[in-house]
Amino acid sequence: MDKKLIKGNIALAEGAIQAGCRFYFGYPITPQNDIPEYLAKQLPKCGGTFIPAESEIASINMVMGASASGKRAMTSSSGPGISLMQEGISYLAGSELPAVIVNIMRCGPGLGGIAPTQGDYNQAVHGGGHGDYKNIVLAPASVQEMFDLTIKAFELADKYRNPAMILADAMIGQFQEPCRLSPLKPVEYPEKPWSLTGAKGRKPQLLKSLYLGDNEQEEHNLLLKKKYDEIQQREALCEMQNLDDAEIMVIAFGTPSRVAKTAIRQARKLGVKVGLLRPITLFPFPEKEIYECSSRVKKILVVEMNTGQMVRDVRIAAHKDAAISFYGRPGGGFPYPDDVLAEIKKAMEGNER
Amino acid sequence: MNAVFKRPPTLKDTYTHFCPGCTHGIAHRLIAEVLDEMQIVDKTIGIPGVGCCVFLYNYFPIDVLEAPHGRAPACATGMKRAQPDKIIFAYQGDGDMAAIGTSEIIHAANRGENVTVFFINNTVYGMTGGQMAPTTLLGQQTTTSPYGRNFQTEGYPIKMAEMLATLEGVAYSTRVALHSPKHVNQAKKAVRKALEMQINEMGFSMVEFLSTCNTNWRVSPLEALKVLENEMIPYYPLGVFKERTGKDFL
Ligand SMILES: Cc1ncc(C[n+]2csc(CCOP(=O)(O)OP(=O)(O)O)c2C)c(N)n1
Repeated sequence: MDKKLIKGNIALAEGAIQAGCRFYFGYPITPQNDIPEYLAKQLPKCGGTFIPAESEIASINMVMGASASGKRAMTSSSGPGISLMQEGISYLAGSELPAVIVNIMRCGPGLGGIAPTQGDYNQAVHGGGHGDYKNIVLAPASVQEMFDLTIKAFELADKYRNPAMILADAMIGQFQEPCRLSPLKPVEYPEKPWSLTGAKGRKPQLLKSLYLGDNEQEEHNLLLKKKYDEIQQREALCEMQNLDDAEIMVIAFGTPSRVAKTAIRQARKLGVKVGLLRPITLFPFPEKEIYECSSRVKKILVVEMNTGQMVRDVRIAAHKDAAISFYGRPGGGFPYPDDVLAEIKKAMEGNER
Repeated sequence: MNAVFKRPPTLKDTYTHFCPGCTHGIAHRLIAEVLDEMQIVDKTIGIPGVGCCVFLYNYFPIDVLEAPHGRAPACATGMKRAQPDKIIFAYQGDGDMAAIGTSEIIHAANRGENVTVFFINNTVYGMTGGQMAPTTLLGQQTTTSPYGRNFQTEGYPIKMAEMLATLEGVAYSTRVALHSPKHVNQAKKAVRKALEMQINEMGFSMVEFLSTCNTNWRVSPLEALKVLENEMIPYYPLGVFKERTGKDFL
């Protein structure tokens, strides 16, 4: 199949179009501006709507209006913009409305910097907005995955009537790789009988998140919980490499997983039995796979571009006796292969716990 | 006997949660009557903001999307762009529109989104217990302006209908009042005009209803109507501030 050398952000934007997304609303912020700029050009050509919204708050609420109409809608942003969207994302979750929200992570807190980071893992995976809810979170690690996982995000969002977030660091958004720009399988379009299209010939429908009656909110939360459990059961994805004989398991997503692959190759050359588990979905987290591997390997090394966020979920998922170490570079710092290799060796020597 | 007044079919036969005397109910009825008369009920979608209007779906047999506080104009934007053939209205209080949601209302209006917004100006945050809003009158006591609103510290009451009328995207901006039968009749005409603007794709339309909140104003329903007439109208003049007559924007 033909491949094109293309930027991650563009692959993502093209993925959205091929997923049938015809509504994009967004506000500029580096390092994701390629996405709105590409869609501003392409959407009108395929009958779509692009609105340069007045803020990220407006963007996410425009997404809500289009989504309530039964259409595939998306917004994208980074750092401060994603923070502004949290109220809306919580409403989407509460009203069970699908939407795709893209976070091309820049560093923080505050205005921070525009360098790649994974500082928003907790925000994306453990809420971000108020209330007892979960986003579906997908973590691409290549330009190809920016395309493929965006399509998947729309499918999952619709299937489960839930917001889905693409969580990628600025590196994945900004660099170029060859990418196949067509879906591997036909895009799925679940029916949306719940959408608000006017009550012609049917009962009026309602999309809301306010529950004031006795026990109503609790029942709603329990229903949501059931849905999240189902998502956890069915949809967790990860890549596993060299784990069959591994004594050390590296766990990393996004850019650090690529760095880890290089380090693992070097370590293997030195005779160190090390493998990689790369979560592709962050919620649902690949808990089962991590648990199974963690009871086989001697050591686990988690590498992130932050001060240690996913590592807590690894601790929860792993076998209780697992020895877990962490290596992180926050604030735009990169873990280099040599650094990761050094961490692998340290873990091997057993003086790191 | 001839029935001279009855509940419009598009207002559900149910108890309301509104306080006795509240004029939200009148605004609801006017909208229901106009939807019936224009025969657009089954293609209308309502988007209430957060405030006393949030239970809109309990009273209208139409599709309803509950928007976050202040964001109904953005939700309406997304919805109307997705379904240009439907009639989309937002319904907002003055906290919702004139405080937390100023950005969304201004930009929806400025883009000329072809939607209609009904705006209840009762000078307070009703649902949360009558706190000061940007629309609270000078000197007016509320739970958060216990000494009366002071322009030096709280600024002046904001005039949404006039402000929005300055924006090119606005087709219709008017202020009406709900304190007397004559004014209620005028208000109904404004509701119809606003929806006609949308049907004729003229752009953004907004009706500001001067309304009462007797509970939080701590007066009787009848006294509240007098307060509206004697204190609100002198500051918030009634009238049409913008009315597009042709598609001169094209
Ligand atoms: C982000 C956010 N802040 C605050 C609130 C609490 N709140 C609910 S209703 C309301 C005020 C509503 O007042 P208004 O819009 O004037 O409508 P009214 O109830 O007077 O009709 C507030 C502040 C909220 N729901 N969301």
